[in-house]
Amino acid sequence: MITLTINGEEHRLDVDPRTSLLDACRDHLGLTGSKKGCDHGQCGACTMLVNGRRINSCLTLAVMHEGDEITTVEGLGEPGNLHPMQAAFLEHDGFQCGYCTPGQVVSAVGMLGEVADGWPSNASKDLQNGAELSGEEIRERMSGNLCRCSAYPNIVDAIETAAKTTKEPA
Amino acid sequence: MRPFEYARAGEASEAVSLGGRFIAGGTNLLDLMKLQVETPDKLVDITRLPMRDIEATDDGGLRIGALVTNSDLAADKRVRDDYPVLSRALLAGASGQLRNKATTGGNLLQRTRCGYFYETSQPCNKREPGSGCGAIGGFNRIHAILGTSDKCIATHPSDMAVAMQALEASVETLKADGSTRTIPLIEFHRLPGDTPEIETVLEKGELITAVRLPKSLGGTQIYRKVRDRASYAFALVSVAAIVKMKGGEIEWARLAFGGLAHKPWRDTAVEDVLKGQAPSRALFDRAADALLAEAKGHGENDFKIPLARRTLVSVLAEATQGA
Amino acid sequence: MNKHVMDKAIGETRLDRNTQGIIGKGVDRYEGPLKVSGRATYAYENLAGEDVAYGFVVPAPIGRGAIKSVDTSKAESAPGVLAVISGDKILRASSQPMAPAAQTIDGEVFHYNQPLAIVIAESFEAARHASHLVTADYEPKQGRYDVKARETVRKPDAMPMEPVNERGDFEKAFAEAEVQFDETYTTPSYHAAAMEPHASVAKWDGDRLTVWSSCQLLETNVKQIAAGVGLDVSKVRLHSPYIGGGFGSKLGIGPDAVFASLGAMTVGKPVKIALTRQNVFQQTSRRGETVQRVRFGATKEGKITCFAHETDTTNSPGNGFFEPSGISSVFLYPGKDRRIAHTIVETDALMTSAVRAPGEATGMLATESALDELADRLGIDPIDLRRMNEPKVNPQDDTPFSSRMLLECIEEGAGRFGWGDRPQKPGTRREGEWLIGMGMSSASRKNSLMKSSAEIEMSPDGRATVRTSMTDIGTGTYTILQQIAAEMLGLPLDQVDVELGDTALPASSGSGGSWGANSAGSSVFVAAEAMIAELAKRLDVDAETLTLKDGHAIAGNRQIPFSEILKGEAITVLGQIEPGKTDEETHQASYGAHFAEVAVNVVTGETRVRRLLTVGAAGRILNHKTATSQCYGGQIWGIGYALEEELVIDTRNGLMVNHDLAEYHVPVHADVPKLDVVLLEERDTHASPLAGKGIGELAIAGVGAAINNAIYNATGVRVRDYPVTMDKLLSQLPDDYLTAA
Repeated sequence: MITLTINGEEHRLDVDPRTSLLDACRDHLGLTGSKKGCDHGQCGACTMLVNGRRINSCLTLAVMHEGDEITTVEGLGEPGNLHPMQAAFLEHDGFQCGYCTPGQVVSAVGMLGEVADGWPSNASKDLQNGAELSGEEIRERMSGNLCRCSAYPNIVDAIETAAKTTKEPA
Repeated sequence: MRPFEYARAGEASEAVSLGGRFIAGGTNLLDLMKLQVETPDKLVDITRLPMRDIEATDDGGLRIGALVTNSDLAADKRVRDDYPVLSRALLAGASGQLRNKATTGGNLLQRTRCGYFYETSQPCNKREPGSGCGAIGGFNRIHAILGTSDKCIATHPSDMAVAMQALEASVETLKADGSTRTIPLIEFHRLPGDTPEIETVLEKGELITAVRLPKSLGGTQIYRKVRDRASYAFALVSVAAIVKMKGGEIEWARLAFGGLAHKPWRDTAVEDVLKGQAPSRALFDRAADALLAEAKGHGENDFKIPLARRTLVSVLAEATQGA
Repeated sequence: MNKHVMDKAIGETRLDRNTQGIIGKGVDRYEGPLKVSGRATYAYENLAGEDVAYGFVVPAPIGRGAIKSVDTSKAESAPGVLAVISGDKILRASSQPMAPAAQTIDGEVFHYNQPLAIVIAESFEAARHASHLVTADYEPKQGRYDVKARETVRKPDAMPMEPVNERGDFEKAFAEAEVQFDETYTTPSYHAAAMEPHASVAKWDGDRLTVWSSCQLLETNVKQIAAGVGLDVSKVRLHSPYIGGGFGSKLGIGPDAVFASLGAMTVGKPVKIALTRQNVFQQTSRRGETVQRVRFGATKEGKITCFAHETDTTNSPGNGFFEPSGISSVFLYPGKDRRIAHTIVETDALMTSAVRAPGEATGMLATESALDELADRLGIDPIDLRRMNEPKVNPQDDTPFSSRMLLECIEEGAGRFGWGDRPQKPGTRREGEWLIGMGMSSASRKNSLMKSSAEIEMSPDGRATVRTSMTDIGTGTYTILQQIAAEMLGLPLDQVDVELGDTALPASSGSGGSWGANSAGSSVFVAAEAMIAELAKRLDVDAETLTLKDGHAIAGNRQIPFSEILKGEAITVLGQIEPGKTDEETHQASYGAHFAEVAVNVVTGETRVRRLLTVGAAGRILNHKTATSQCYGGQIWGIGYALEEELVIDTRNGLMVNHDLAEYHVPVHADVPKLDVVLLEERDTHASPLAGKGIGELAIAGVGAAINNAIYNATGVRVRDYPVTMDKLLSQLPDDYLTAA
């Protein structure tokens, strides 16, 4: 029996040690917002925030996350009360089929946190001083989230909009 | 994924005494366990061990805890200032999500991305010693051109380790019997030879506790990664270069290469060609000649030989610019 | 039921009057709030919290052979395992889009890692583990894995087009032509790689089967499931309200749909199966490799006199579908003497089937590169060459075009893109390490209208609900159907609901071939007309004179709220669209033009797309936002096809080597610059009552060739073997790569 703290709520569950954090949410806790696209960290659809940082929840075991603060897409907002990032995705048509979308949204929220902390990226010309949130920076930092419908241009626009409207990303 | 026993360690000594495969970031181990390429019967969760700090060492270098994530390491101010080649290499690797999970120790122990290693129905001497090599004669676009054997032509996929090789890092470990040792990174990974399943000099149950970087020697530091996508792809060729100029000449150079071999490749003969010489295209070509003298393509990856040459020459030109 | 057969061009409609001001508008997606918040329920996610079992597919890891025996005993005795199913009901792969059923394995292994058995267990983990405990004895057979080896050649079925289209005597005309262009282009196999793996949940109550599956064409898919489990179709209900991408790969059912159903019927509780990503690659379908010979005969001035486009492609035994690379060639290029032909080289690899824009997506990589090459050889600007060779009627059979705005798209694009700035001589523009070039191509996509029906219910409060078995695979169907109903009925958008993806609803065309918006949209149009007639009847006025706006009927000086007309009673009407004579009397297609600017690294041969513009004309645009998004999708697939994507099959043993998303490279964010899409104003009154045409696949047609042409312009290196990866450029890039230009 383990306890997971997800979206501020504690969940007790009896889980196989082999169960990924993603499957614990999708198969055992009814939290199906996070998606399984590849199950191998190759697509980003499963992205969750763990202690504020984005990770691939398919590549970690649920049993390893007792005591962590986990945030899924459901924890960001809901219809009628969308998180600014979710609202920006809606406004800019930052999705089509919608399957990669929860991962894109959560990843984008985590990514803005990383930018706020001054983390550089492979696109940063200068390692020392925090990066401006240019289109190029967003594209590099979001490259771990595949979108086969290819909503990429709209996702970048959505993130730029959300970055302007949110000071407190997570 | 086979059933396994799960244990959580609170201290390093406890971790090594529990006897099992260590799991930290898990980004490669779980990937392989899902396919039953890896089948440990016990996992020891080491994520609670106090190995998440980056400390200054007495000799002016850094001691990086084995559990420091790739993200934290790349973003560390001292690394950015004094070891930019390492920041650059880390940031060129994987994705933001993976870097937030993957650890310093685990990154060194990444296994190859060879498609025949991943496909359990195919022969692979690395996965199943003696079964053969699917990549030789098969699709080997991403495979090695240096230091291969007739048993294995796989590459090591790390970017971080390539930069650390150029930085002359060393690896601190704790053995199951409680003893510790420090292994120079150059000696840490092995070439495939007849035993491609043995990838490092670590003993069974030996835990990486930290990576040490010697005091920064400055110089111009460049990491250049060439790949099939603009991001989120493994290196076909990568070059980590640290070049120190003096009076219009190359005082010294340290070079390491990714995507070319079973381990992060360093060949001091290449560096010797450059030492004390005035930079020129001819000199850079001679350095590339030294690097690639023994290079051997396997068909699909033949292009890596000219690609490695051109990338190295270009990186050297950039590193010696304005001299 | 109100039925409209498209026998003649449509006149002015309520959509033209746009009284409500909703049609065409780029409104937000109807289902968008659910999708961005993770509340849209995809196939696998149904029955969350219920007592379900999990299935896992066991692959057969040989290329070709007979299955002598399967040993399931170890798996059956593993903890948590409920059943292991093997034998004659196991499917080889997905079904072909229109096939009555999927193919079963019949004791054979037809391709590497084909399904062999299914493990059903209490948990996903137990099922996955037990899948490794199933073993089999095989009698291996010699397989054929290399299309270029042409071991077995056969004629394709007439699906999705006539494989051979000839007019005049091409060989004679070509022999006599002043200029003879003859080059061969190859494209690799591709995978749709939709983000949602093929997944199904099945529930069996002892008599009826309910399946939630990720499917594009519910009307045929439900029959395929019924056939797969041996039930009458009336006993099966299929739900697919949200689909995580299809791109053709879900036109036929995935094997998971039948496997989950068999599982549920075996273990007595609902069964969930999502194919692993590796199995999606290896057990569904793919786009076939092509070898395309393109020949143009021309005058020295550039007038094309004859044209041939001959394609070798592939499929597996028993499958007649072929990648119709010449589908646009039939009508796009002139030439009195012509031959467009296709041949299947049979191979023992995963079945090939439709992937986004079957035909155009591969064929125009070849023909639009060929035109660029021809222009280069003749010393003519590629745009001038196209201007000079624009046919007035369909060159295949002289039928008139319903509309053809190809040249308008090219002119508009050339102006916006700054085509005049293109380097005249290849390989001459350099910015530091980067060689810069520009290229263009035409785009076209055959239009089709399919039979489709929908109902509209108006509730007593005046709200409308649209219901059809239609699917929305990310294309925006929910939203455009909402918009059409709202515009026709004069309702604010938030007064219209849309229910899709359920075989209990009126039968629809489903999503595929870019026909969805036109077909399902027209059925809603027709149903709305019936609703208007019903309202008019109750008001005792002529429907034509009735204006509907903001939930009110306006007749003469009367303005009556719908709720008042309905008097507490709901009205339900059914509409159906059918293709008719306009389809035979005119040739209908969408047209466009692509313009690309690339930078090729002179050191490494890495290519970056710097700018990409697509101008398209596809009749009435129903929602500018979602239509533009569809075009972005096509452009980005073009980037993938030009530069990255290649499904590799090991010709020694048939293994699909790169069967995951780490090594099958689809474009990532960083590969994609800011894109431009311009949609020209057009009405195609022959195409449908909406006067619109398909747009979902237009933008992928030709775009990869525009990028390849730009690479040639940048480097002077012409690659005819897609994708244009660095290894194909490297040996011909300049050796003076360090010297700044």
